[in-house]
Amino acid sequence: MERAETPLLEVRHLSTNFVTDEGVFRAVEDLSFQLRRGEFLGLVGESGCGKTTAMLSVLRLLPAAGRIVSGEVLLEGEDILKLDAAEMRRMRWRKMSIIFQGAMNALNPVRNVGDQIAEALVLHDMAPSRRRAAARVGELLELVGIDADRADQFPHQYSGGMRQRAMIAMALACSPQVVIADEPTTALDVMIQAQILELLERLQRELGLSVILVTHDLSVVAEVCHDVLVMYGGVLAEYATVDEIYNEPLHPYTRLLLEAFPDLSRPDERMISIPGQPPRLNDLPAGCRFAPRCPMVIDRCRIEPPPVRQVRPGRWATCHRIDEAGT
Amino acid sequence: MLAQLRRSPLGVVGAFMLGLALIAATFAPWLAPYDPEQTIHVTIEDIYARPSAEHILGTDDGGNDVLSAFIFGSRVSLLVGFSASLISMFIGGAVGLVAGFYGGRIGNALMRLTDIFLVIPDLPLMIVIVAMVGPSLWNIILVIGILGWTGTARMVRAQALSLKERQFVLRARALGAGNFHILRRHIFPLVLPLMVANTVLVISLSILSESTLSFLGLGDPTTLSWGGMLNFAFTRGAISARAWWALVAPGLGIVWVVLACTLVGNTLEEAFNPRLQSHHLQGEDKMIASPSHIQAEG
Repeated sequence: MERAETPLLEVRHLSTNFVTDEGVFRAVEDLSFQLRRGEFLGLVGESGCGKTTAMLSVLRLLPAAGRIVSGEVLLEGEDILKLDAAEMRRMRWRKMSIIFQGAMNALNPVRNVGDQIAEALVLHDMAPSRRRAAARVGELLELVGIDADRADQFPHQYSGGMRQRAMIAMALACSPQVVIADEPTTALDVMIQAQILELLERLQRELGLSVILVTHDLSVVAEVCHDVLVMYGGVLAEYATVDEIYNEPLHPYTRLLLEAFPDLSRPDERMISIPGQPPRLNDLPAGCRFAPRCPMVIDRCRIEPPPVRQVRPGRWATCHRIDEAGT
Repeated sequence: MLAQLRRSPLGVVGAFMLGLALIAATFAPWLAPYDPEQTIHVTIEDIYARPSAEHILGTDDGGNDVLSAFIFGSRVSLLVGFSASLISMFIGGAVGLVAGFYGGRIGNALMRLTDIFLVIPDLPLMIVIVAMVGPSLWNIILVIGILGWTGTARMVRAQALSLKERQFVLRARALGAGNFHILRRHIFPLVLPLMVANTVLVISLSILSESTLSFLGLGDPTTLSWGGMLNFAFTRGAISARAWWALVAPGLGIVWVVLACTLVGNTLEEAFNPRLQSHHLQGEDKMIASPSHIQAEG
């Protein structure tokens, strides 16, 4: 998987398991992708397909049962999976930050918002004095469109959209290069969703950020992303530019996913949902993980898992059926 | 929290009672009509003298004023109660936080230790230890404190266990925070109110323990506590002398302070412990059981 320029973040063959009493859950398997400077990468898939697990693996924030079994996460060429705990702590937020889904839960209810943003600065010795920290917090809040004097308010005094903005401000506190936005717009209404996305886009342009946007909303991806990575059941299904994904989806799952979204230009058309359920990650099918739900399934799909294959330059897909007709 | 207090008149009553006891203890030298340390001349009439204008609560076996001893005795009871529960809170809080937050083998070991302390009957152990190390005020405080932390530890552990799974803890970790920072800035502030409420309840238990030990003759012989007063009255013939005042005054004092702490502690716990709280939209009348009847479990 080589591209012309060296990517800022490169994930190679990442596999993450959850070891529990009920068996081993293979939550992410053989996931590879690249994030270049200033790029907006969309990570799409149904709930429970390993998007968040993949991102937590990249940040090494998995819960106790989670294990990264193999793979590399190269940030500017350095494998962060090899860093020790102290180095990892220093790296977090300075280079890579994350905006969590559900901003209410990600804020401590008993401490004011400014204090929590300043926490990042203090932890990374970027606040030489209380006043400088307060100034920076104000600056960050203004950057995301919140009055600086609301820094000493508590999370419950913020609206949902403001909390999400505050989380974004927090993510930017240490000027990271990579920001992972884990479903930043879920639980927000459509208007606020649009505002938050606009904000992310603006900040990405102004600050030259590289953003990974985790979402299950394809319309969001179409709006802001350059590249799209579609995941299914913990594996990469298709990885290409946003134009290619929308205009010429190769993987049957991508196609079904696109059909399952309403098209404003054809309001009369029936919406089609994908039949069946995503696979249980401790009881995976022997072959392709999508085979039980795939309309194009052949016998081979049920026996042999398809490899992640480069279909053409800059375009990867995991499907047996693609080599035959390019479909 | 203030709203909670207003809704609970019993808590206000408890706070008032505790306040009175604290005033009595603080201003004892000014409030007491006689100085208990003073050497007095005693005639046979002064022993177990009935309550009179001179001695409002009568006198004891030594001819001393019971009211003065009673007021000074509140100092010992409250000092032991507060100091011992402070020790309990420190030990229990530390054990609970470490066990809950770090979990794993250390957590298990700490909780087994807690269980051991929980199943050992406190009173016999206290008697044995005090008899061994000698009955001084600080020994009694230490013994009560060291044996009284188990409930706090279990409660703090439960709270820490649930708090550490909250997303803001994950966020703090993503920020680059280490365990100690998370414990100090995110877990502890949320556990503290519960610990305070619990401590007030432990105070009443500590006061009871001290009274029990003193009554059994294991109190500090140089300072007179309510338990000690009861002991003297009981062993030196107050009952056969029909000197009810020598028994009733310290007895009611103990009940007064213990009841006050229990009322305040329960109210605080109701205000702070999310487990005892109903949903804010749920009206009081719709509740099946009132939270004051539900006992907090560790």
